[in-house]
Amino acid sequence: MSVEEIVASLESGMTLGIGGWGSRRKPMALVRAIYRSSLTDLTIVSYGGADVGLLCAAGRVRRVVAPFVTLDSVPLEPHFRAARQAGTIEFTEYDEGMFMFGLLAAAHRLPFLPTRAGLGSDVMRVNPGLRTVRSPYGAAGEEGEELVAVPALRLDAALIHMDRADTRGNGQYLGPDPYTDDLFAKAAARCYMSCERLVEPGALTGPPQTLLVSRMHVAGVVETPGGGHFTDCGPELGRDEAFQRHYASAAADPQAWAAFAERFLSGDEAAYREAVRRWHEEEA
Amino acid sequence: MSATRAEICVVACAEAWRGDGEILAAAMGTCSILGARLARLTFEPGLLTTDGGALLTAGPVPIGAPAGPVEGWLPFREHLWLVQNGRRHVMMGASQIDRYGNTNISAIGAWERPASQLLGVRGAPGNTICDPTSYWIPRHSPRVFVPKVDTVSGVGGDRAAELGARASRFHDLRRVVTDLGVFDFGTPDGSMRLVSVHPGVEVEQVLAATGFEPAIEGEVPPTRTPTDEELRLIREVLDPKALREREVRA
Repeated sequence: MSVEEIVASLESGMTLGIGGWGSRRKPMALVRAIYRSSLTDLTIVSYGGADVGLLCAAGRVRRVVAPFVTLDSVPLEPHFRAARQAGTIEFTEYDEGMFMFGLLAAAHRLPFLPTRAGLGSDVMRVNPGLRTVRSPYGAAGEEGEELVAVPALRLDAALIHMDRADTRGNGQYLGPDPYTDDLFAKAAARCYMSCERLVEPGALTGPPQTLLVSRMHVAGVVETPGGGHFTDCGPELGRDEAFQRHYASAAADPQAWAAFAERFLSGDEAAYREAVRRWHEEEA
Repeated sequence: MSATRAEICVVACAEAWRGDGEILAAAMGTCSILGARLARLTFEPGLLTTDGGALLTAGPVPIGAPAGPVEGWLPFREHLWLVQNGRRHVMMGASQIDRYGNTNISAIGAWERPASQLLGVRGAPGNTICDPTSYWIPRHSPRVFVPKVDTVSGVGGDRAAELGARASRFHDLRRVVTDLGVFDFGTPDGSMRLVSVHPGVEVEQVLAATGFEPAIEGEVPPTRTPTDEELRLIREVLDPKALREREVRA
């Protein structure tokens, strides 16, 4: 599939899961294509980074479901902050572990999973729909323990980015952390995967435990070299810290953002890569 | 050798893990990370520490250095499971903290429409209800030490008590280290107590920077100073670029 075909298959109002973590292995080429689209009212489920920020800036988002939104080396995401402070998005704020349990529940077709995480915190206050569940296994003379019942985070579609994939839709990560991309794939009605390099079936070399995502969970795959830019991708492609700083400072100022968007985000992915290449030349 | 304030803070952070044995020392912030690694290099050799990423390093590595030899794998998903498992003592940061150790890293102002959106609760709710938790606050001020936090990300002692003994049995706030002193929660009602002030800091200075009245019992002793060996490890091994001095005002 092409990036454009994937985005054309999405609909306004959908709940979209986005893999990666903060500013790490995010499917940014797909995110940039959604940025350019006319989709609206999306619910974005993400260990959030610039994916959330960009889509908030483009006005594509009705609700964000996340435990954080950060650029890692830049702690706060300016577009997400601006959207929250302007009250233009709704926010479902979960603990990091709760969030994973929500994905686990959806991935296993369960309505909820229990956890201690969240008890006593304002996560319970700001999510009035959250319920607790009591264990049926209380010790003699004792009530069962009360735990947070994290509802399944069911996704209409998930978007993930892998270091390698084959043409059948098997995905491989090469860095030290799989994040939770396999859970996003399983929690979604359909999952689309972009990758740095697409190979023939059987040509994914390396330890089998790096084969994170199975084709049984993937509806479409697309090769997007540099498609995780500017986030950290695998051992070969570290985060583009200079460009991320440029993004963050532009995002914090409306005029600078207009110039940034015009220069980097007004064309397609090939135009983006060329614009980034030129920017680095100028900065060198 | 005379120690800088930052070096005193590193040792005060290290002391948070004393007696913890074979658990993960999880740390956020430069002095806190250095403290975890210093504790492992000296009085608490059983501790596990990371490279700041997904690798459990075979030994404590200098801050920002590559992992070198590793002894284990701790990607984010395993880290989140470890929080549930409990063999972990985390030292987090906080944008706001109150007398019972409730902390906020989520949002300043009304949560519904914040004046300032921060990180989000991250792992603070799970950390505090499942594991021993300490805090490292490099800029002690009345804006951080507030009577009441705006959003409770990390659960404090009063909130834990409301949950009851059973639900809060793993809740365990240990200490708060700042650039001015060290607190614990060893009072009858679990509120914050000033246990030491760093050399050169007056108790009055701490009180002026704290937006509530912490418990004080008698004469407040000075925080212990680093040994010569600790200073050597901090300066020559763990942080030769002196990143610690950028985090703490001289």
